[in-house]
Amino acid sequence: MQTALFDHKKALVTVCAWAIGLAIFFPILWTILTGFKTEADAIASPPLFMGFDWTLENYNEVLERSNYFRHFMNSVVISVGSTLLGLLIAIPAAWAMAFVPAKHTKDILMWMLSTKMLPPVGVLIPIYLMFRDGGLLDTRSGLVLVLTMINLPIIIWMLYTYFKEIPGEILEAARMDGATLWSEIVYVLTPMAVPGIASTLLLNVILAWNEAFWTLNLTAAEAAPLTAFIASYSSPEGLFYAKLSAASTMAIAPILIMGWFSQKQLVRGLTFGAVK
Amino acid sequence: MATDHSRIAARLMISPAVLLLLGWMVVPLSMTIYFSFLSYNLLSPGTEEWIGLVNYEFFLTDPAFFAALGNTLLLVGGVLLITIVGGVGLALLLDQPMWGQGIVRILMIAPFFVMPTVSALVWKNMFMNPVNGLFAHLAKFLGVAPFDFLAHAPLFSVVIIVAWQWLPFSTLILLTAMQSLDQEQLEAAKMDGAKKFRRFFHIVLPHLSRAITVVILIQTIFLLSIFAEILVTTNGGPGYASTNITYLVYAQSLLQFDVGGGSAGGIIAVILANIVAVFLMRMIGKNLEA
Amino acid sequence: MFKAGVCAVTGAVLATFLAGQADAATKLTIATVNNGDMVRMQKLADDFTTKNPDIELEWVTLEENILRQRVTTDIATKGGQYDVMTIGTYEVPIWGEKGWLVSLNDLPSSYDVDDLLPAIRGGLTVNDQLYASPFYGESSMVMYRKDLMAKAGMEMPKAPTWDFIGKAARAMTDKENEIYGVCLRGKAGWGENMAFLTAMSNSFGAKWFDMDWKPQFTGEAWKKTLGFYIDLMNDAGPPGASSNGFNENLALFQSGKCGMWIDATVAASFVTNPKDSKVADEVGFALAPDAGLGKRGNWLWAWSLGIPAGSQKTDEAKKFVSWATSKEYLALVASEEGWANVPPGTRTSLYENPEYAKVHFAQMTIDSINAADPTKPTVDPVPYVGVQFVAIPEFQGIATSVGQQFSAALAGAMSVDEALESAQALTERSMKKAGYIK
Repeated sequence: MQTALFDHKKALVTVCAWAIGLAIFFPILWTILTGFKTEADAIASPPLFMGFDWTLENYNEVLERSNYFRHFMNSVVISVGSTLLGLLIAIPAAWAMAFVPAKHTKDILMWMLSTKMLPPVGVLIPIYLMFRDGGLLDTRSGLVLVLTMINLPIIIWMLYTYFKEIPGEILEAARMDGATLWSEIVYVLTPMAVPGIASTLLLNVILAWNEAFWTLNLTAAEAAPLTAFIASYSSPEGLFYAKLSAASTMAIAPILIMGWFSQKQLVRGLTFGAVK
Repeated sequence: MATDHSRIAARLMISPAVLLLLGWMVVPLSMTIYFSFLSYNLLSPGTEEWIGLVNYEFFLTDPAFFAALGNTLLLVGGVLLITIVGGVGLALLLDQPMWGQGIVRILMIAPFFVMPTVSALVWKNMFMNPVNGLFAHLAKFLGVAPFDFLAHAPLFSVVIIVAWQWLPFSTLILLTAMQSLDQEQLEAAKMDGAKKFRRFFHIVLPHLSRAITVVILIQTIFLLSIFAEILVTTNGGPGYASTNITYLVYAQSLLQFDVGGGSAGGIIAVILANIVAVFLMRMIGKNLEA
Repeated sequence: MFKAGVCAVTGAVLATFLAGQADAATKLTIATVNNGDMVRMQKLADDFTTKNPDIELEWVTLEENILRQRVTTDIATKGGQYDVMTIGTYEVPIWGEKGWLVSLNDLPSSYDVDDLLPAIRGGLTVNDQLYASPFYGESSMVMYRKDLMAKAGMEMPKAPTWDFIGKAARAMTDKENEIYGVCLRGKAGWGENMAFLTAMSNSFGAKWFDMDWKPQFTGEAWKKTLGFYIDLMNDAGPPGASSNGFNENLALFQSGKCGMWIDATVAASFVTNPKDSKVADEVGFALAPDAGLGKRGNWLWAWSLGIPAGSQKTDEAKKFVSWATSKEYLALVASEEGWANVPPGTRTSLYENPEYAKVHFAQMTIDSINAADPTKPTVDPVPYVGVQFVAIPEFQGIATSVGQQFSAALAGAMSVDEALESAQALTERSMKKAGYIK
């Protein structure tokens, strides 16, 4: 009796959750489907869900027209590169803030976050001029630099909140044992912080992957990532829903797959100090 | 507790981050401030001259400015409302036992991975279009007149699109927080005969308050600079109905190539963002201190 | 599993960082729009690189608005990222005047500059210097459904008036069955609704500025233009018109929902292509309408290739430009993809070619182009050049804001008078700030 009741509820929850999940996912599913239609089927009325002629024509055309692999590699290098560089700078800073808090630690942290509120478009021209003079236009290193700066506050903050959860006594104990600062970080702190670092890394790769202002405005050919690839398929003159959908699928698929495979790691550290 | 030695070490460890961010902020910002006092159009080089506060006056007296200010607040507030209410709801749902929980979670977090431009294009063309969009087909199927989202509820439509992208983020954070809820406490409340409703408001929600403030903080930072979604869907219109401050600055600097005016707008946007930030920090500070 | 993933990615990142690029050939970076004709050029570029093995081509293909924003920022700051830029008739007069573009007067004689259509060439020439070479030219015209026109019991003249368009649109409309008499641009933007409305206003005798650069929106002519447009769209337009641009209208027309569509001549090849269009066999063409004042409501535009001044590779760039806009290129496209796909609207010889005359929108395209005159766009004299735009740097920003007012009027959020008044006010503000008027 008890079990039957339980199952009843579980079934209801399952149905609800699946319905909502599918509804939320639907726009993506629809994009993927449209990528396999012909242009005429893509705007057919009433809309075609499954009963259309599946075609790879759009994918062929997209691959033929654009250097997808180069855009893809640029996206990978830029997002991973900026995240790693960001972590390199942020880990010591966050560690220090979390374990050796000074009077102004909170203020510094808040100030850092506030730098993220600078509207990018307002500072485009100064940055463009600086990039031109520094020879950084259309280079991956230039973009890595910009995206590191943009996401650094979030990285520091995420790590800080995570490090703060680590009980100070453990460090005290290690220090008693004569551990140096360095070994304290490497052997004691880091292993405990890995989940936090991992999810910080994942979150920032996602944010950097999808960043579409700087990546578009500071690149031309060499360093243009997938955001620029997409910009060559959304056209005000000429209607290409199916091609746009195919290109969109190709642009989001890598990060979507990465996200799905690593969602456990992503979630584990995604607490921002909000969990007691 | 901390020794002088470790204090110095700590300073050393913080300084690269601080210096870099300081440089990143100060250099472009001071250039922007300087430009904002110039009559400087990118398309007329060599004619720059000092014009004092004219750019600020021009930006602040623009009839679009107050509309944009209101829209910015509505946009941020609207998205926060949807993502938090929706996020709490979804977190409650996902926290219960069910079949295929992993897959459901994967489906629900997917929108977070989609580039803003892509999601705006998809929503605009394939869903909200009043003739060929899926919503229009659905309306026709139900026998009602299709609603023209982008013309008659432009800001609301943008809110929907943005909320769709950010709902997964809030859901994930709230779910993580939910899972750390002390089950014994909940069971005890159940034993005491507390109704579901009461349990939610007296135990679950207070427990989530920190997570909610975190969601508010992080999302606000990103939502203040929403721009791609507006550019793709409504171009800020009709009228100024979906123009926010960021879009206004964009129009000034990249359509008109008026660097002076755009810089003044940028500085005003920074000031406004900092006002919002101060409020947020107060709130967060209180909530995170505990 | 996770760690391995991170390692693999890091390795890949490093490998790409280290992979140096060593090139012997001169590399030309070409910025283009992603319109069909440009995409085709990219496919056919092997012909150029085979003939010029020492030149390598690097393409940056972007959506029109992003492209404009990118190349303008780059050329104005002398960023030097591009060797060849695709620009329009709006940019060329402004940039040429400033000396930002390399003069193309010394292209080889095989280029045959006198073969260019005079209207198009005029729009790309400043002080007798040709500053960009036209790749394709377009005007606007009426595209209509012959079957629906017949059903409404009317016949489209070759050169209709706005009155006729109004009557026909209302007669063709059948909202029950989702047939809308006319589809016009409504999405705000200087290249969207304002391109259409500015061209339309010319035929109603309206203008942006008088000879003293004073904005003219509160005049009778603009009131007539906007009033006519909004009444027409309310009676016979599709729902959601205020967010429709070229693409949205193309989708509507191709799926058989529009009776008429007044838009770019290049759309003709899309709507008559049976692969994409449900109504390919039923499409007829006519000149853009007039109101009996001697000007038609059609625009003129040419996507053209220009070379930024200061490029280190001017000679190679010129080689490329003269290849891409040559008669031989037209012949190449014709032999590979058929005459209907040749980039239209640039050369007289193309329209004298009997093969090309068989393409059934060819004649209407050339007639439309010839009916536009960028140097005398309006009924009354004006101080500016440009049919559907005003060739001053401030125009993009002003017209986009004005476009927002007009699209709000179309959405019913404000009246025609309110829209025109606020257009007048905001244009005056910007023109004052830019120093045209005191």
